[in-house]
Amino acid sequence: MSNSMVSRLKRKKIDEVIKTGKRMDGRDLTQYREWQIRTGFLEKSEGSAEVKLGKTHVVVGVKSGIGTPFEDSPDEGVMMVNAEYTPVAHPTWEPGPPPESAIELARVVDRGLRAAEVLSMEEFGLVSGEKVQMVFVDLYVLNFDGNLIDACSAGALAAMNTAQLPEFKVNKGEVTTTDKTKKLKLRAHPIAVTVVKIGDEFIVDATADEEEVMDGRITITLDENNNVNAIQKSGPIGFTVDEIKKCINIASEKAAEIRAKVMASA
Amino acid sequence: MSAKLEERSIVVPGDLIYEGKVRAGDNTYRDGGNVYATKVGLVNYSKDRVSVIALEGGYTPLVGDLVVGTVTDIELGQWLVNIDGPGDAILTVNEAIDKPFRTSLDMTQILEVGDLIVAKVVDLDRNRTPVLSILGRDLGRVHEGFVIRITPSKIPRLIGKKGSMINMILKETRCNVTIGQNGRVLINGRSREDEEIVESVIHKIEAEAHTSGLTNRIQEYLKSIKEEKK
Amino acid sequence: MSKTRKRKSNKTWERVDGRKQDELRPIHIESGVIPNADGSAYIEMGRNKIIAGVYGPREMHPKRLSKPNQGVLRVRYHMAPFSVDPRRSPAPSRRDTEISMVMRDALEPAMFLERYPRSAIDVYVEIIQADGGTRCASINAAAVAIADAGIPMKDLVAACAAGKYEGKIIVDLGDYEDKKGESDVPVAYMPKFDQVTLLQMEGIMTRDETEECIKLAVEGCKKVYEIQKEALKKKYGMIQGEAKPEPEAEAEAEPEEAPAEETQEPEERLDVDEPEEDEKQ
Repeated sequence: MSNSMVSRLKRKKIDEVIKTGKRMDGRDLTQYREWQIRTGFLEKSEGSAEVKLGKTHVVVGVKSGIGTPFEDSPDEGVMMVNAEYTPVAHPTWEPGPPPESAIELARVVDRGLRAAEVLSMEEFGLVSGEKVQMVFVDLYVLNFDGNLIDACSAGALAAMNTAQLPEFKVNKGEVTTTDKTKKLKLRAHPIAVTVVKIGDEFIVDATADEEEVMDGRITITLDENNNVNAIQKSGPIGFTVDEIKKCINIASEKAAEIRAKVMASA
Repeated sequence: MSAKLEERSIVVPGDLIYEGKVRAGDNTYRDGGNVYATKVGLVNYSKDRVSVIALEGGYTPLVGDLVVGTVTDIELGQWLVNIDGPGDAILTVNEAIDKPFRTSLDMTQILEVGDLIVAKVVDLDRNRTPVLSILGRDLGRVHEGFVIRITPSKIPRLIGKKGSMINMILKETRCNVTIGQNGRVLINGRSREDEEIVESVIHKIEAEAHTSGLTNRIQEYLKSIKEEKK
Repeated sequence: MSKTRKRKSNKTWERVDGRKQDELRPIHIESGVIPNADGSAYIEMGRNKIIAGVYGPREMHPKRLSKPNQGVLRVRYHMAPFSVDPRRSPAPSRRDTEISMVMRDALEPAMFLERYPRSAIDVYVEIIQADGGTRCASINAAAVAIADAGIPMKDLVAACAAGKYEGKIIVDLGDYEDKKGESDVPVAYMPKFDQVTLLQMEGIMTRDETEECIKLAVEGCKKVYEIQKEALKKKYGMIQGEAKPEPEAEAEAEPEEAPAEETQEPEERLDVDEPEEDEKQ
């Protein structure tokens, strides 16, 4: 976010260039970098996806497990989304527990999936009130160059879309594994699009430099029916209602493009 | 006593490059009676020494270097500057302004954290911390332009013999380019187009620094880009 | 058409994946895979998939942990939650801490830390998928990443494990062999100095068997070493020895105070003339 610690020079240059309708790397304001998505490459993980968006590089793993359900939903499985900022990814990232931006990343991706009702959690019940199947989605950042939310949201969808979860057998309250696996069925395909505000301009797919100088951003997650599933406004500035509408429109257009790439990676 | 490899072959750390008495030059070390490479690079046998021209490598500050750095902290009477070296560099107020330092001085009026500067390395103190100065022509806070980063070991290639490479680029693109020995290059052009051309040329040089005939190829490249734009 | 051969006693012993006793799993190494890192490498050793990234030498924070006479090598071994079955917590475990430590001790002998007082060299290893022998694979990736960062090294460090499984001494144990076998001996080695820099052992073996394991592991390390070298050269599309020698103009302006052997002087920097060698594709 733009603050006094940020290079005045960088902000000045990016401002200048964006006003001409282009970015420092030559892209249009609403243009994404090149997406590279591949799935199912981790043999030991139930689901996996690798996303490269420009130089941003993330790996998403989907794992299954057995756990206890929440008290108020004894027959529903549990989905958990976690994000790790690995110190490999950026010179300023240090080893340690996830910083607040990593937690926000995980929660925003989670919110999009959950609100869109991607999974029918009732299908994951095993022993009522005692045991249910868990679905873990781990977002692992390997190289940071901005726009982690969109990259991870697409990665999570790609990984879940190609995941094969183990099937369990329940006999008299005992859960046993079978040899069978079942494709994870997705009821929706939510995609997050983050719109970044720099001065009076709005861009998508910000690089690390652009995020460094930005004033704020809004992430909108939409499903394939163009329903809005989640919104997250971030950054110490305000948006007018018109600006918010503009962002939602941009997101709606871009979500469809991204979704096509994700589904094609299966 | 012998050279063990062909001139300009690529070597990796630990490769034996010379058996016998010879001066061990850059990026080599002597062990027992032999000389070995310490970095990935091209082996170079000259009259009196063997060395390795490193293809990868960080920046090691030398007195006299021109560097492009970022102010990272303000202490009493000095700024800390990141120049991508093994440690941060120091810029004292005395080396930044001609007036004597008074504690009432508001240092942020001169340089803030995050500011970019072009500086000269004037000393390496007893801890080998680089000491900078921005007194002097073409030194000081940067007001315009942007910085790209390339591997420091490839900077000589970007400059070229007696500046041949960089001068050719400047002539064809009318940009101001300040090359920091620390791998940071400051670009400021009259048009975005020119700046983009310079950027792509620099990245091409970085990628092909180890190959021959590069100057000619870059010349061709520049010509072809200009043709395209017409 | 099936071939059957009469066997005297037992059928031919095979490893679970059909490898010979001295056969390593397929290894693939690529350098320069993390753009932000100063150096990086990706390794696949069997089904192990591991990324190593290096930053440094750089200013060490916190300063009070820095050393006045040499650089500090910091190694962090960490596993992704989805790297193993069942999923593990992303929080570092005691095993992670110990492995980080022995990895550091394995790599440090190859480095010139005395050249970087008060600086840090950070090596971060992330296990994306684990399948037995991750600490060895991690060292292999880390050594390549350090060289990729242009940090001077005396030699590369190669690692490989050997062990005993069903009574047989084998090299490069897979996950299954590691878990079910009688012993595991990971080794890291600098071929140029013929020095072992990592050695651990766990299990029950006679002293002779132990010695045999170490020797077999060292042979495995030598094989890995060749693969590491190729990975570093691959980026430049060149293979050692193929460049043609040509008469060439001397490099410009060599300063008088040239560094002596094993000096700690900062390196000269020359205005490099065009290398005359042929471009390799």
